[in-house]
Amino acid sequence: MIGGIDIVTLIAALMAASTPVLLAATGELVAEKSGVLNLGVEGMMILGAVAGFATAVTTGSPVLGFLGGAVAGALLASLFAVLTQLLLSNQTATGLALTLFGLGLSALFGKGFEGIRPPPTTKLDFGPLSEIPVLGPILFHHDWMVYLSLVLVAATWAFLKYARAGLILRAVGENHDAAHALGYRVIAVRFAALAFGGALAGLGGAYLSLVRVPQWTEGMTAGAGWIALAIVVFASWKPERVLVGAYLFGGITALQLQLQAAGYAIPVHLLSMAPYVITVLVLVILSATHRHGAPAAPAALGRSFHASS
Amino acid sequence: MITLVKRPTPSQFWAYATPVLAVLATMVAGGILFAALGKDPIAAIKVIFYDPLFGPNAAYFRGQLLVKAGPLILIAAGLAVGFRAGIWNIGAEGQYIMGALAGASVALAAYPAESHWLFPAMVVAGALGGWLWGMIPALLKTAFGTSEILVSLMLVYVAQNFLAYAAFGPLKNPEGYGFPGSRNLQQYPSAHNPELIAGTGMHWGVVAALMAVIATYILMQRHIAGYRIRVAGEAPRAARFAGVVPAKLVMFCLGLSGAFAGLAGLFEVAGPNGQITDSFNAGYGFTAIIVAFLGRLNAIGILLAGLLMALTYIGGDMAQLMLGLPTAAIQVFQGMLLFFLLGFDLLTQYRLRLGRARA
Amino acid sequence: MSETLLRIEGLTKAYPGVVANDGVGFQIRPGEVHALLGENGAGKSTLVKMIYGLVKPDAGTMQFQGAPYTPPEPRAARAAGVAMVFQHFSLFEALSVAENVALGMENPPSMRTLSARIRDISSAYGLPLDPTRTVGDLSAGERQRVEIIRCLLQDPKLLIMDEPTSVLTPQEVEILFGTLRKLAAEGTAILYISHKLEEIRALCDGATILRGGKVVASCTPREKSARELAELMVGGEFAATDRAGRKTGAKIFEVTHLNLAPMSAFGPALKDLSFKLAAGEVLGIGGVAGNGQEELIATLSGERPSAAGTVSLHGQDISDLGPNDRRRLGLLAAPEERLGHAAVPNLSLTENAILTGTVRRPLTRNGFLNMGAAKRFAEEIIAGFDVRTPGPQVAARALSGGNLQKFVIGREVLQAPEVLVVNQPTWGVDAAAAAAIRQSLLDLAAKGAAVIVISQDLDELMEISDRFCALNEGRLSAPRPTEGLSMEEIGLMLGGAHGMQEAAV
Repeated sequence: MIGGIDIVTLIAALMAASTPVLLAATGELVAEKSGVLNLGVEGMMILGAVAGFATAVTTGSPVLGFLGGAVAGALLASLFAVLTQLLLSNQTATGLALTLFGLGLSALFGKGFEGIRPPPTTKLDFGPLSEIPVLGPILFHHDWMVYLSLVLVAATWAFLKYARAGLILRAVGENHDAAHALGYRVIAVRFAALAFGGALAGLGGAYLSLVRVPQWTEGMTAGAGWIALAIVVFASWKPERVLVGAYLFGGITALQLQLQAAGYAIPVHLLSMAPYVITVLVLVILSATHRHGAPAAPAALGRSFHASS
Repeated sequence: MITLVKRPTPSQFWAYATPVLAVLATMVAGGILFAALGKDPIAAIKVIFYDPLFGPNAAYFRGQLLVKAGPLILIAAGLAVGFRAGIWNIGAEGQYIMGALAGASVALAAYPAESHWLFPAMVVAGALGGWLWGMIPALLKTAFGTSEILVSLMLVYVAQNFLAYAAFGPLKNPEGYGFPGSRNLQQYPSAHNPELIAGTGMHWGVVAALMAVIATYILMQRHIAGYRIRVAGEAPRAARFAGVVPAKLVMFCLGLSGAFAGLAGLFEVAGPNGQITDSFNAGYGFTAIIVAFLGRLNAIGILLAGLLMALTYIGGDMAQLMLGLPTAAIQVFQGMLLFFLLGFDLLTQYRLRLGRARA
Repeated sequence: MSETLLRIEGLTKAYPGVVANDGVGFQIRPGEVHALLGENGAGKSTLVKMIYGLVKPDAGTMQFQGAPYTPPEPRAARAAGVAMVFQHFSLFEALSVAENVALGMENPPSMRTLSARIRDISSAYGLPLDPTRTVGDLSAGERQRVEIIRCLLQDPKLLIMDEPTSVLTPQEVEILFGTLRKLAAEGTAILYISHKLEEIRALCDGATILRGGKVVASCTPREKSARELAELMVGGEFAATDRAGRKTGAKIFEVTHLNLAPMSAFGPALKDLSFKLAAGEVLGIGGVAGNGQEELIATLSGERPSAAGTVSLHGQDISDLGPNDRRRLGLLAAPEERLGHAAVPNLSLTENAILTGTVRRPLTRNGFLNMGAAKRFAEEIIAGFDVRTPGPQVAARALSGGNLQKFVIGREVLQAPEVLVVNQPTWGVDAAAAAAIRQSLLDLAAKGAAVIVISQDLDELMEISDRFCALNEGRLSAPRPTEGLSMEEIGLMLGGAHGMQEAAV
């Protein structure tokens, strides 16, 4: 205990608190690696939150709920893909539209689901492992989605680094004209990357509504999707650093909640600013230190591709 | 199979036709959405688009039109200048809040003194509040290269929390029986932004919106500075070649759009809304982004788009009352409008050609 | 194996408004180095894109090794044994050499095996290359090696090379030719695209000459003179530029100890540049693109102001002035990239005339645009420089490269500069337009202006400049009079083969 804050509880809470942005940021990283900037993460997350919640409540199965969230996110991402890849619309504007649309759509679908509790997502039973002091509660006391999210980050890392398809995806994101000249299907690769990004954002949203809160309220993502975007920048487009960024953000959220609970004399609303202010600060520090270093952003990020030949 | 062929010169015809086409397509898609919700689509479209203007009680709703359109147009006029330059201020909602807070603070500090100088002072404070909030992402971008998109957006959440803090704390009405929220400025004559012509909904904020439209139109279409802003958005390197200093451009665009959003917030809190509460902001800052694009980032277009978007707000409220259509359906409707617009925009730059697939 | 490797008959491809290839036919034998010769816009690129499967012909047939050949995509072309080295390299700067090579192969082995094979083959053909290096850090010559090795690993029967020497120093060209001759001797056919006549005479066994999308001649290049080839290519005789009537005046422009930090992640820094320029003089700055050319014009034009005391005009220090202040004093510039730097693609020619013209021409009143005056200025440029366009209302991107370049150069020349800096003034421009642009620069100098021409085209620099210096890795050699300068000396000034050694073959 330090100043009324239980460190073990804090770290355990951090892992759960960071899972939604970790998932969303990992998905966005893959999309950006393919050269597309999708600013609609917030919209895909909240649609995933409502779709996952509705599916879980209707079927009684959290697993189907998470699946529903992922599908909803991927569908919304596909809409973005059609607009930006086939109709060549501006990626920044379309991403904003996606967020506004997702917020509206989720509010519309969510009308009948307010004030309900979802079926609980099971915690994995590690038996005696969870009894280990300190490490037990930190590492072995979570629901299966926390572990799945870590597996997904590791899989994404390995895919981008070692798989042939990962190399092609990175190549498309670096120089789409060259990739096209070599015969790779730029638009197909980007469609797939965007859909994967949408699925993970939807999964992250579903985690919010099914586990974190757990209930459905309008606008419940409260900027988590935008923070996921910031984490991708923070991570310099590297999956392993996404993990660090997400945990840093999760830690601040968890700490802020614990400070509120511990009854410090700081107004609640000022404490609630913390995650956003810290995100800005981290972005500033990062861009300041990267000023003269090698920028790690995919070279074709945000540029439309149209085969002219 | 359809192939795209880039037009040698952007089509003037489609530049004007796409917004109209997008509105029509949205009506069709919206009708399908309303039908899916179990409402009669024709009736819903009529309630949203026709009744507020020409139906029974239209006199009242027409006044509401300007009240809603004023802030949308004012904010969008500022945003469009930045969007033209490729500078993406998407935190207008936060600048709107901070403008309202700054302006209201001046009024509440002066309360209950009456003076002709109070309202002008509030206007300056409102603009300054929004300007300062816009300068944060501007300075961070010019000094460190931080993304203005993410910073301006994060600052919306900071502003929202700050708003709630103010409503529950420093700006709370001491005579409010413990309820959160400030004094009502509508009951403070020197600070009130009244309806100027009864029944029209015209208040100083609407006047400011019209002035902003005229000013940005002249800037962007007639002045060398507007020309350079357009060049910066089209081709950043050409802009530097033409003598544009990127840092100054960023500060100008974010400062201008911030000040406009702040003004919109001030006029709203001193007029139609009346008081600072934790739910004071109603999403104008985000809807204004749609307005800016729907107006094709052109001042005159924004004037029309702002009125249309205000109509969907009022029509949406009516549809909720009369048909039980959820408010969120209107949000979806607005989102769809933006999608269709962005999609159809293809037609201004490309020609569709039926024929063999691209080799 | 049949006597003919690739036989093409009646190949036709039309784009809206232009027939890029019209009934083109020729053939290549195994082991032959065959030149495809033609001006910019003659249809060479379209033709090889059809052979490589990037573009589908509208009509005509291709036979490869006696069998019908219709590659639907580059993959199929590669599988058949056709490989291509692109003019603008199809490389990925942030990836390693090995990753770049792997991307060009159908079934690449593991990275470890691939790296070993890259080392083997690169030393076998005299093109040493480290597979672990990031491509962004390589010189232009080394990047080309990556492309060539990527092709060689596929054991191609036909290797297409699109303008391979445009980015190489004379010494690097020699190394490349050695590699190509060795490949040809081993039986690989090479389709060599170029408009450099001496190179083709030195290297190629046969040539097909294209003009306006049609084959106008086939010949054995060694049996023709460069002038004959040029006349076949251009379709008529062409006038030599007129250098007469110029007098060098007083020194008016001076650069002293100019340094500039890199502008991009993989870009070079400018290191301690110094030179002086007199009125009426043309200074040619040679060197392979990417060695500081863009940086140099950016700092001279005022886009990237430099430290105090480094740039002066008429003895006045202008180092910290922006582009418009420099224009006011008479220093004008025309950057290399036409679309997006020297001109804005989506804006009309009238609006593009405003881009640089407001300072020396009365195109604004109190900051408000005078569109009538701007239109008249645009029309003046169009008329004075023979810009082929329906009118000044047309968007810049609708113009061909040559016409837009004439517009850009015309816009600056008509503002009567005292010093004009141009970068790659005739890059990607057809011969007639190139000649007109060169002449206009000489005429400007004859009127007393100082002109700096930055170019990769050494022939061009020899033709129009009074003094020559080379820019290599951000350093500038001391200017020397062009008269009597040999290609060998120029090559040495250009920094040899960038320190690259030819490995023992």
